[in-house]
Amino acid sequence: MNAVTMLARRELVRFVRQRSRMIAVVASPILFWIVIGSGLNKSFQYPGGPEEISYLEYFFPGSVILIVLFASVFSSISVIEDRREGFLQAVLVAPAPRSSVVLGKVFGIAILATVQGALFLALAPLVVPNVTIGSLLLTLIVLAFVSLGLASLGFLIAWSMDSTQGFHAVMNLLLVPMWMLSGALLPMSGATGWVAAIMAWNPLMYGVAAARLGIYGLDPRHEGDLPAFGLAMIVLVAFSLITVLAAIWTVRHRQRG
Amino acid sequence: MKKSAVRVRSRTSTRIKPPVVRISHAGFSYKNRGALRDLSLEVEEGDLYGILGPNGSGKSTLFRILSTLVLPGSGDVEIVGRSVTTDPGEVRRSIGVVFQSLSLDPKLTVLENLIYQGQLYGLSQDLLSRRIAHSLNELRLEDRRGDLVESLSGGLQRRVELAKGLLHSPQVLLLDEPTTGLDPRARMDFWRFLNHLRRRERVTVIVTTHLTQEAEQCDRIAILDKGNLVAMGSPAELKETIGGDIVALVSKRPETLRKQIARRFKIPTTLVDGELRLGVKHGVKLIPRLTRTFSGLIQSITVRKPSLEDVFLERTGHMLEERIKG
Repeated sequence: MNAVTMLARRELVRFVRQRSRMIAVVASPILFWIVIGSGLNKSFQYPGGPEEISYLEYFFPGSVILIVLFASVFSSISVIEDRREGFLQAVLVAPAPRSSVVLGKVFGIAILATVQGALFLALAPLVVPNVTIGSLLLTLIVLAFVSLGLASLGFLIAWSMDSTQGFHAVMNLLLVPMWMLSGALLPMSGATGWVAAIMAWNPLMYGVAAARLGIYGLDPRHEGDLPAFGLAMIVLVAFSLITVLAAIWTVRHRQRG
Repeated sequence: MKKSAVRVRSRTSTRIKPPVVRISHAGFSYKNRGALRDLSLEVEEGDLYGILGPNGSGKSTLFRILSTLVLPGSGDVEIVGRSVTTDPGEVRRSIGVVFQSLSLDPKLTVLENLIYQGQLYGLSQDLLSRRIAHSLNELRLEDRRGDLVESLSGGLQRRVELAKGLLHSPQVLLLDEPTTGLDPRARMDFWRFLNHLRRRERVTVIVTTHLTQEAEQCDRIAILDKGNLVAMGSPAELKETIGGDIVALVSKRPETLRKQIARRFKIPTTLVDGELRLGVKHGVKLIPRLTRTFSGLIQSITVRKPSLEDVFLERTGHMLEERIKG
C-alpha cells in the first residue's frame, strides 16, 4: 500500500511543480468548446432530445470528458520514457508488487484528471440551467470513474510502446475517434446506422452519457437517446476494472530472451 | 577470436561460503540475435566485480537479467541463493540497482527521492530516517537534501543514485555504466565513493563498464565481447597472461616499418590507431636495437606494461575503444 500512495503522491507533486502542463490540458478543450460550440449553435439538431438545448450546452459534458481524456492520456505518455530511462526503472527492480506500480500510477493520473475536469465543470452554472450541488457531485463521481478507465487504458497502451511517437499515433487513431464517437460531439440518435452501432459499443459513450445525465441531476427530460444512468455506470466500472487488470497483467510479464 | 572462456587461475580459496551470485549457462537472444551465450560465472561475497565490454557485448543484457527486469532464455542466475527466474521477489529485496540513465525524479528533491525509495522497499519510518541521515552523511550530500535533483550537477546526481541504491542495505549492488556522461574528475569521485561505501556497507558490487580504467579498480573482472565471455580473473592475473612489455612505436610510415620489423626481427606487430605495437619479453632491451636500425622511420617509442586494453585486443582481435566509436 505504501508503494501505491508513494507513486500516486509523486504524480501530484510533479504536477504541481510543472503548472504549464495544466494549461496545455485545460486550455484546448475550453477553446474547442467555445469555438465549435458557438459555431454550430444554429445548425444543431437533437432528435429525441430536449428542444430548447443549445449546442454550447449540448457540447459541455463532452468537453469536460475531453479534458479528462487529455489529462489522463498525456500523463500516461510519461510512462514510456520513465520506464526505460527514468524513475520507473527503479520501481520495477524493487520488491513492491507489480500491481502497486499500476495502481499508484493510475490513481495518481486519475486524481489529476478528475481535478482538471472538475475545474471546467465549475463553469456548468453558466451554460446549464438549474445546476445543483448534488448534480455537480454526481458528475464528479462519473468523472472519477471515466478518469480511472482512461488512465489505465493510457497506461496499458504506453507500457507496450517503445516511443512516444507510437503513442501519438494511437492517440490520433484510437483515443480521439473514441471521443468523437462518444456522443460528445453529436447525439447517437442523429448518427447513421453504422456510426450509431460503433457508438453503442464505445465505453466512452457511457462515460459521456453518465456525465450528461449527472449534470442534469438525472432529469428524465434529458434521457433522450442515452442509456440509463445505472447501465452507464456499470459499463464505466467494468471498463475501469478490465483496463486496470489488463495493465497489471502486462506489467507482470517479463521478457524472456 | 578465441571463443572459449579462459579462466586464468582459479583463486585458491578456503572459504566455504557459497558465491553471492551464481550465473550458470545463462543465454539471452533478441529475435534470433544472440545477446548472451552460455555465460557462467560466480561472484564471491565482498567482491567488486567488473563486467568489461564494448557496446553490444551483452553486458547490459546481463545487467538486466541480474536486476530481474528480463528473464534468461536459457540457464539460470542465482543471487544470494535465489533464482531470478522463480523467486524474483526475494532477489529484488537483496539487490540495490544503479541504472545507466538517471532513476531519480528530477522534479523531486534529494530527500523526497530517498523517502520515496524507502517507501518502495517498505522501510519503517524510523529505519528510513536513520538510513537517509547515514547515507547523506557518507556521501557528503547533507547540504543538498532540499535541492531539486534537476538543479544538481551530473556528479552529484550520480552520488544521490548511489545513496538511493544502497538505502535498503542490499547484499548486492548492481551498477550499469554508472559514470556515463561524467567528466573524468567526477568519474574518479564516483569511484572513490563507491570504494568507500562498499567497505562501509560490506556489499558485493557488480559493475558494468566499457572503460579499462574503471575495470582496473575491480577485484575481479569478466570480459565480454559479442555475447561471449572471453576472459575472467583479476586485472593483474589477466595482464600477466600477456606477459613482458608492450613496445609502442609511432611512425610516419607505419606499414613500411611494420614490414621491416617483421623481416629483420621476426616479431609480430599490430597496428592500432596509427600506433605499432609489439609484445616482447624485455621492451627496454629492444629499444636501442630498434632505434639504431630504423632511426629515420621512428618518431616516438614507448615501453609499458600490458593493459586490460591489450588483454582485450589479444583475446578478441579488435580494440575495445575502437568498437565504441564505430
